[in-house]
Amino acid sequence: MSHAHGLPASVSDSGFPGIGYVRQTLAVAEADIRKLIHDPFELLTRMIQPVLWLLIFGQVFTRTRAIPTGGISYLDFMTPGVLAQSVLFGAIFYGISLIWERDLGIVHKFLVSPAARSSLVLGRAISSTARSLCQMVLVYLLALALHVHLHIGFWAFAGVTAAVIFGSAVFSTFSLIAACIVKSRERFMGIGQVLTMPLFFASNAIYPLSLMPIWLRNLSKINPLTYQVDALRSLMIVGGSTTFGLWVDFAFMAGALALMIAIATRLYPKIIT
Amino acid sequence: MSATSNASNATHRGNTGATQTSAVETRSLTRRFESLVAVNQLTFSFPRGSIFGLLGPNGAGKSTLIKMLTTLLPPSEGTALVAGFDIVREPREVRRRIGYVSQMLSADGDLTGYENLLISAKLYGIARAERASRIAEALDFMDLTHAASKLVKHYSGGMIRRLEIAQSMLHRPSVLFLDEPTVGLDPFAKQAVWRHIRELRQEYNATILMTTHDMQEADELCETIAFMHQGTIATIGSPEALKASLGPEATLGDVFIHYTGADISEGGDLRDVSRTRLTSKRLG
Repeated sequence: MSHAHGLPASVSDSGFPGIGYVRQTLAVAEADIRKLIHDPFELLTRMIQPVLWLLIFGQVFTRTRAIPTGGISYLDFMTPGVLAQSVLFGAIFYGISLIWERDLGIVHKFLVSPAARSSLVLGRAISSTARSLCQMVLVYLLALALHVHLHIGFWAFAGVTAAVIFGSAVFSTFSLIAACIVKSRERFMGIGQVLTMPLFFASNAIYPLSLMPIWLRNLSKINPLTYQVDALRSLMIVGGSTTFGLWVDFAFMAGALALMIAIATRLYPKIIT
Repeated sequence: MSATSNASNATHRGNTGATQTSAVETRSLTRRFESLVAVNQLTFSFPRGSIFGLLGPNGAGKSTLIKMLTTLLPPSEGTALVAGFDIVREPREVRRRIGYVSQMLSADGDLTGYENLLISAKLYGIARAERASRIAEALDFMDLTHAASKLVKHYSGGMIRRLEIAQSMLHRPSVLFLDEPTVGLDPFAKQAVWRHIRELRQEYNATILMTTHDMQEADELCETIAFMHQGTIATIGSPEALKASLGPEATLGDVFIHYTGADISEGGDLRDVSRTRLTSKRLG
């Protein structure tokens, strides 16, 4: 404590602006990922839903041939949708961990640290993507087992990974915003249920936009899930195509993420009041 | 008595680099929650290197005051200087110079003791080359080396509190805030935490502001005590002076009752009680 009231001797200011920010963001993510490594049970339970959708829903609807899928099988068509849905369903309830950690006092520790509020939000978004990437691997393995026609290659895989990361970050940050507003676990669970299904059904995850009534199609065009599925379908599936174009898909997701982080950063400190 | 409820002998250091004598100085600090005034026009200061106790019944405004001083809660009016920096205008500079152990348990039970310290080290920007030695020193100082690789949820209550104090001191803060650091601990664990707080003060010359409901704890540890009542400081002074002011046989409990007695039995609201019970439960 020889430097009392000045900057503590041990705290290093790296000469590069932004390095400290990155380190703090990654520290927030690291805390959560380490917990996941200690207890990966959550990952196992998250794997059930995509298995059911692909093995039951996908197999049955492939036989009905009732949904126009543009020259690819329904199973091929819905596989990116199931991946996006798994990411959505996992990420949208991520905010409850913030409420839980607030109740335990853990959030206070992060808020009194010198880490920027946005790095606390971004760190949580990154840790959410770790879970989603595990689901991505599972969906790929299942899809291979079901003979889904997958693009196999570095760029396809990198593109799918990027789309999963963006989608997960957008929806987990959206979830943090909801947590900061409702503040209680009971209310949050209700809000989570209310949000999930409209987001899912107002998207192109399991049917094409062309089948939707005009009002729903317009609604789906402001839904980030639509753009995530659109990107995934063209990157992941042989013969899959994009409706909006990959640049538009990723630009929309990046814009949505920037907006979500800006709002969450403002609301994050209010979780403890 | 170096602490004062209205003296302003501190010089605002801020970015000027001038020295100052106060670790904390509040100026008409006020916090309202709708119609409730939790902290009301509070003006006081206390010097560097001291252990300052903040006592009072639940709802007196102690935790709200600490939340404002640690930048967790913005004041409704007024401001404060902590380690020479303004909590409203320079909150990030304040955060770099303080440590905080909350009333609740901030150590993450799903991480090991080592991991909890590692994450703190990274958040506070402790240089990579120093991290390992700093963490080892903190674990050793708090007698936790043997439990470093155990998940914190398997720690005893006293060990968790010691780990939290280690976390809060890892970056060598100028001012350490301890919000009821021994709530829920058995007498043996309490004694251990007290010993470590004393050692922290000696070893690192830390300035410590602590809240407590335990009169013995305040008497044992604090050089200056302020009793808060209804959002203001009812009295302030050294434990000896406060007791002497009521008579030769008076205890700190008597001082508490004299200045705040009307509210002692009220015991806080549902949230206060729930938090205390949750903390006690987690401490086992």
